[in-house]
Amino acid sequence: MAFFQDLGWRVLRLIEELGRMAFFSGGILRALVTRPIRLRRFIAEIYDLGVLSLVIICVCGATVGMVLGLQGYNTLVRFGAEESLGAVVGLSLIRELGPVLTALLATGRAGSATAAEIGTMVATEQLDGLRMMSINPVHLVITPKALAMTAVMPLLTALFIVCGLGGGYVVGVVLMGIDPGSYMSSLKAAVVFRDDVAGSLLKASVFGMLVGLISTYRGYTCAPTSAGVSAATTSTVVIASVSVLLFDYVITALWGV
Amino acid sequence: MTRSPLRDFVVGLFVFAGLAAIAYLSMSIGGLSLHNDGGLKVFASFDQIGGLKPRSPVVIAGVKVGQIDSIELNQDFRARVALNLRRDLQLPSDTSASIMTSGLLGDQYIALQLGGDDRILKNGDEISITESAVILERLIGKLIHNSDVKKDE
Amino acid sequence: MGIFLDAGQSRGRFWSEVTQSAAPAGSAGRALVRVPVMTAGVTEAHVLFRNVQMAFGTRVVLRDFSCAFPRSKITCILGGSGAGKTTILRLIGGLVRPQSGTIDVAGTEISHLTESQLYPVRQKLGMMFQGGAMLNSLTIFDNLAFPLREHTRLTATEITKEVHATLAAVGLADVDTLLPGQLSGGMVKRAALARALLMKPEVLLCDEPFSGLDPISVKRIEALLRRINQQMGVTVLISSHHIPSTLRMADQVVLLHEQRAVIGAPNDLRNDPDPNIAEFFNEEVRDEDLHALAGSAA
Repeated sequence: MAFFQDLGWRVLRLIEELGRMAFFSGGILRALVTRPIRLRRFIAEIYDLGVLSLVIICVCGATVGMVLGLQGYNTLVRFGAEESLGAVVGLSLIRELGPVLTALLATGRAGSATAAEIGTMVATEQLDGLRMMSINPVHLVITPKALAMTAVMPLLTALFIVCGLGGGYVVGVVLMGIDPGSYMSSLKAAVVFRDDVAGSLLKASVFGMLVGLISTYRGYTCAPTSAGVSAATTSTVVIASVSVLLFDYVITALWGV
Repeated sequence: MTRSPLRDFVVGLFVFAGLAAIAYLSMSIGGLSLHNDGGLKVFASFDQIGGLKPRSPVVIAGVKVGQIDSIELNQDFRARVALNLRRDLQLPSDTSASIMTSGLLGDQYIALQLGGDDRILKNGDEISITESAVILERLIGKLIHNSDVKKDE
Repeated sequence: MGIFLDAGQSRGRFWSEVTQSAAPAGSAGRALVRVPVMTAGVTEAHVLFRNVQMAFGTRVVLRDFSCAFPRSKITCILGGSGAGKTTILRLIGGLVRPQSGTIDVAGTEISHLTESQLYPVRQKLGMMFQGGAMLNSLTIFDNLAFPLREHTRLTATEITKEVHATLAAVGLADVDTLLPGQLSGGMVKRAALARALLMKPEVLLCDEPFSGLDPISVKRIEALLRRINQQMGVTVLISSHHIPSTLRMADQVVLLHEQRAVIGAPNDLRNDPDPNIAEFFNEEVRDEDLHALAGSAA
């Protein structure tokens, strides 16, 4: 009996939390249309979230592409269809692995950094300091970060995919001896902009919004202690990762129709 | 935020690289075209197109000369395929189009066989001689039927 | 129980003793408090608390708290840890809302204002946070220039002049390009003070400005705060643990003890007949005290 009570209580708390997040995103959206435009901060955030994630994204992209190339080749060669490796690598990367893996990697690197940074600002009263100077902390700190994450995710995803295609090329063409022309032509024949690339970019944007919202929210609402900051960071990674995968399913189901 | 022109430059570079990657994936690989590329556009109708898809290649003597733009159903319930070919191609109007398969299980494409007519295909013309795709199941069905007939004889 | 302020006595003795109300937390509370009557000739209250009830969850911090903070005077808020010193400052700044009661800041009642409505009120306040609350990613110069850039139309040269002048006033030089993390504790507090002063506030709120400082730095900051009060007429509210500086500089002391607030001039409180109150100001630690503390440790 206590189990159901506990469960019910948790569900109510969850709904309450979602409501708070909705208000929070409302605050972010309102700040988007309020002057002054914080362009400099926005650019700085793109640097922190995007440029500094480049290495991990590109390395992982290339590696994933190489693994796809290897596994794909080993499977396709049994059916004599190894010339279609380009299509296999390309479709897997573009449709699923690109957006999802990029989002998960970005969550781990940029999302946790954002939550920790904002949480620390809460704990050291920096946000209160801003409020006392009549400056809206959501407008100054949160909105540029959330917006930058949304903008950066499609860019990182595209770079991940391109690196992955390159990795697959290296394995398939250079190592396994597939004809380069076949790799590229099967890739191009299989990928359609409207179904595959556009869906991929849409996913990436949605994931960017999710990670941006969750990481800033957890940082903003964290308890002003060092334990609170650390809890905010870990919960960001967990919640954002699960949300990304859930939304991935939803978008795939809706878009693919 | 301390001003740093170097950081701004790096950010610009990153955004440029990302957008370039998106453009590459969209246009080169995904086939999004922003402008009418002035190719030779002709049509061909088939009873059966099999696994032919938009962006499948169009080939003459094994060399790719264009691709499929779109496939639609016309009033006679045949498949009308729009071919987008290289602009400089001079094809006689009795050229034939057949749907072939690369390898046994590979992707399908259209192979053009030149005819001998003096008249040249222009934009919007129809290729009248077409050969539909071979459907493996029908072939096997035929084979079985033939062997049955042989047995009966 | 209540004593009125005599008109004409500009530094009167305020007694505002709050009874332990038997009513549950959250009720309006019964005030056995005479709120000082504001008449001409009396030092008016720049900030006025009336029957404020403040609780964090189930922990009640302020119970039916009423107090007037006189204009252009230095008021020190004393009390043990967790007694509510910082809470009072945060209530004035609107960073937390009371469960009930009213708070007047420079004529505006703030307990029900929204964030955006609070901004014009906050323009009259300057707050010096305990940890400085400087933005860690900006240099000291950018930190100080920040409010000026946000809220004024001054040119870059004017801003530079203002910032340098204020830094010099607090005794900091050559710190423009340093980050807050590179400064010592005392320097950070002085930089925070400078930032609070830049917008020319009417009320300066200082949260434990002396904590964690060596005696020389304490004297420095004390001197700065007194000069600010005397030369600029700024009302200064300080929450503090530091008794000697309180005795030296405070015009009025608010002592928070077990949800009771005792308000008066420092010397009056120091010689107060109530041993709990006088004890607070007595710096000697006697053996009996240690034993008593050990016994009552909870």
